[in-house]
Amino acid sequence: MKYYDKLIFELSKSGRTGYSLPESSCPACGEALPAALCRSLPLDLPEVSEPDVVRHYTNLSQMNFGVDTGFYPLGSCTMKYNPKINEEVTAAFGGIHPLQPEATVPGVTEIYREMDRSLAAITGMAHFTFLPCAGAHGELTGLMLVREYHNARGDFARTKVIVPDSAHGTNPASAAVCGLEVVVVKSDARGLIDVEALKPLLGDDVAAIMMTNPNTLGLFEREVREIASLVHACGGLLYYDGANMNPLLGVVRPGDMGFDVMHLNLHKTFSTPHGGGGPGSGPVGVAERLVPFLQRPQVSGFHGNFGVIVRAYAYILMLGRENVRMAGKLATLGANYIKESLKDVYKLPIGSVCKHEFVFDGLVNDGAHDDVPGATTLDVAKRLLDFGFHAPTIYFPLLFHQAIMIEPTETESLETLDAFIDVMRRIAEEAARDPMILHEAPHNTPIGRPDETAAARQPILCYH
Amino acid sequence: MSKVVDGLLYSESHEWVKVDGNIAIVGVSDFAQSELGDITYVDMPDEGDEFAAGEEFGALESVKASGELNAPVSGKIVACNAEVEDSPELINEDPYFNWIVKIEMSDSSELEKLLNAAAYAQKCI
Amino acid sequence: MMGKSAYFPHTDEDIRVMLDRIGVASLDDLYADVPQECLYRGEYDLPAAMSEQEVRDHFAALAARNLPLKVFVGQGAYDHYTPSVISYLTSRSEFLTAYTPYQCEISQGTLRYIFEFQSMMCRLTGLDVANASMYDGPTAAAEAMRMCIASTRKRDKVVVSADLLPHVLSVLETYARYAGIRLVKARDVLAELDAQTAGVLVPGIDRYGIVRDLTGFADAVHAAGALLVEYCDPSTLAVVRTPAEWGADIAVGDGQSLGIPLSYGGPYVGFIACREAYLRKMPGRLVGQTQDAEGRRCFVLTLQAREQHIRREKATSNICSNQSLMALWVTVYLSLMGPEGLRKVNALSSEGAHYLHDRLLATGKFAPAVEGPFLKEFVLRPLVDVPTLQQRLQDAGFFAALATEEGYVTFCVTEKHTRAELDAMVELIQSM
Repeated sequence: MKYYDKLIFELSKSGRTGYSLPESSCPACGEALPAALCRSLPLDLPEVSEPDVVRHYTNLSQMNFGVDTGFYPLGSCTMKYNPKINEEVTAAFGGIHPLQPEATVPGVTEIYREMDRSLAAITGMAHFTFLPCAGAHGELTGLMLVREYHNARGDFARTKVIVPDSAHGTNPASAAVCGLEVVVVKSDARGLIDVEALKPLLGDDVAAIMMTNPNTLGLFEREVREIASLVHACGGLLYYDGANMNPLLGVVRPGDMGFDVMHLNLHKTFSTPHGGGGPGSGPVGVAERLVPFLQRPQVSGFHGNFGVIVRAYAYILMLGRENVRMAGKLATLGANYIKESLKDVYKLPIGSVCKHEFVFDGLVNDGAHDDVPGATTLDVAKRLLDFGFHAPTIYFPLLFHQAIMIEPTETESLETLDAFIDVMRRIAEEAARDPMILHEAPHNTPIGRPDETAAARQPILCYH
Repeated sequence: MSKVVDGLLYSESHEWVKVDGNIAIVGVSDFAQSELGDITYVDMPDEGDEFAAGEEFGALESVKASGELNAPVSGKIVACNAEVEDSPELINEDPYFNWIVKIEMSDSSELEKLLNAAAYAQKCI
Repeated sequence: MMGKSAYFPHTDEDIRVMLDRIGVASLDDLYADVPQECLYRGEYDLPAAMSEQEVRDHFAALAARNLPLKVFVGQGAYDHYTPSVISYLTSRSEFLTAYTPYQCEISQGTLRYIFEFQSMMCRLTGLDVANASMYDGPTAAAEAMRMCIASTRKRDKVVVSADLLPHVLSVLETYARYAGIRLVKARDVLAELDAQTAGVLVPGIDRYGIVRDLTGFADAVHAAGALLVEYCDPSTLAVVRTPAEWGADIAVGDGQSLGIPLSYGGPYVGFIACREAYLRKMPGRLVGQTQDAEGRRCFVLTLQAREQHIRREKATSNICSNQSLMALWVTVYLSLMGPEGLRKVNALSSEGAHYLHDRLLATGKFAPAVEGPFLKEFVLRPLVDVPTLQQRLQDAGFFAALATEEGYVTFCVTEKHTRAELDAMVELIQSM
């Protein structure tokens, strides 16, 4: 990757154009707007040619790392390969207006119907809504459905949502946006929900518990059925955060674990590209008794991110009922392989078998000596960039101070995993020998570590 | 080892209080600032806002963390330190000199519930 | 029986090597901690795996079942022209297959275009700061409503114009219902102002296509201690008075009109821009400029302490992702169009719409419905049977004359439509 410093505004030259539009064929209608309704501010958009634009954004792209560039072991993000056929088949649906009558779009309605059926089969839920545009949006929608369910029963006092301390930050935030109060249940020494700590929290004010299973430590919540019985007995519902569904794909169905409401991240489990942070899709599935409420919350403008749903459907067709059984298992295989290959040089706080991801708590030997501070998790992450790998998720979950959360996914080969393991071991050796190499990393990227404190103290958010 | 200043009172949530008549001058401890790292922003209350003891009256932000500011005593905000609002790094530089707000106390007996320097130092180990 | 997928690189030998390293005998043993009753042993009710050619054919057949229609309806989704450069660039895998730019040293591409997107949204709206994007226009409006509540004290009411687009109102009502926000929908929003009002949300262009005169709105809203939010169509901001000029505190809208294909409603991209005073209450991601140790200009995600992964239930919003790739889409579009191109898009659309409007009235099959200046979209009162009208149009390959709640029919014209198409539509209607 090479450093390229331009912004599109800096290529601008007055009078240059990059558009191609037809000449007017209708008679000019005079000024459509009275002057008082017209813009008088200057409009400082770039004035650039088409080749300028193509070269600029090509140069920008070359400072980016994607799944197609290399291994991307970002925990809880499920950076699996994004099949190219998914992109190709989406193009045929670009011209359809969202308000067209259903009768004019039978091909579209069949995609929704087939996706509903397929996701229900994979998860054991009854039906899905496809309006949510992302995982967090799905969580919010799911909690709205929880509230609808309780309200319909005249059960208005259920205002609490129980969230484990290991949960993704979106869980408590979604509960708050949905007007619910968050109660935290702690994890025990095994890294699982402490069932004894949960019991006193249960009562007739509990709307739901939100669970991620496997949780953010990559551990299967093995008491899930007992938790389901306890929560159901108090009248609450179980919400399944599908961010970590990948290891269960083709192995375990959330419906069978006792969950009532869930979301899936099509951009994780179902291979659609992350696009640098979106668009995603977070369809929400419910058990039979919540189906009557499924269409009520209109959480996005039209029909959700249809283009993403099409891509996920292509993936399901390619996978089929035969291959779906292998996806989760191979993801789990890769994670355990890395864990077992590195646990002598990185601290493994919880040693049991993991699912698609696991968490180290920093280096066994961080190389601290005399006045030289030891290498931190941040240092390890930055050093990985020098070797052509994306870094794992770091400093999450918050249960450990030096968390390094690694998720390989099933689309990575043994050779890729071995190469990553070799580099991680080499970094551990460097840390033990001379942590300064790590403190100063990355060395081979277009920029070095930026001054994030300055960025936050005096924010520059707009080009001037 | 973070610094604790004698003669101040401390809350469990790492605010310090200096009493000046019925005014409580409030800042955060050295321990709090070092846990947060480089402070980038102080979310200040408005003068005249009233808070109960323990209630959140503002927050400190660093690049990757956020810390609540809780009122050590009940009362009305009578002053906000504009200098730390403009230059949050002052809190990192000298957390005991650079106060954040002044609270006109509504119940000074609440001061008895706060920790003295020795008791607070025990907490920060 | 294990299938063979092009996406799984594992040979049987690879699997054995890995299992040996882990110290378990089989893949199933990796799930020994899962209670038996949770394991799914049945056949998944899914189609059999298809080859890529079969998938291609399957989608071609699905697409062929949709009626190919020329779109003359807007209502929040506009059929503007998309330059070919855009999908070419956005499909570059370095953009497409990247995650959120957490590792800024290898994400400067994403960070730079988001910074450009933020800057362009500021320039279009005239406001100080814009975020890295939202899911769509309606959810951006809902987040703006929440910003109003968060920016004022002990106020729980938000007044929204009943003339906002229907899908925007639906999403606002949904978010308000669960968050405990009192949403008051009114034609005369200023009449609803009181000491409980945190914000007022009005359209720059309403559901009838009318460009609204917001003179005096900001003063009245601010005098009541509330915030003014304008819902805008960003494409038209090249020519209509901007939110900043009206004195709005927050501007929101859907970037779809900036060259994003209709795609049956998504993915689109919402935007939110505001005055600097409300920056800390803004939801979502923000990209800021800074330097590395060698003084090179670079860009990072910043002010993250407002966000859910740090603040959890106290965050400004639960939003985690944005619609990054669609923000790139809009950024490339605006780069190509420039100020002149965007003004021309508006002029062509407006000329076509006024031409169609006048010719439709001249058929005698419609009467004027809502008076006021418009650009590309307008409504008429139908004097003919609407289902028959719609069916005739549809049979001739037009999606037009969508019925509104009020019993009007709505039309929209963009630069994509030719005079010949408009004439054909008019003649068809004339013959009814």
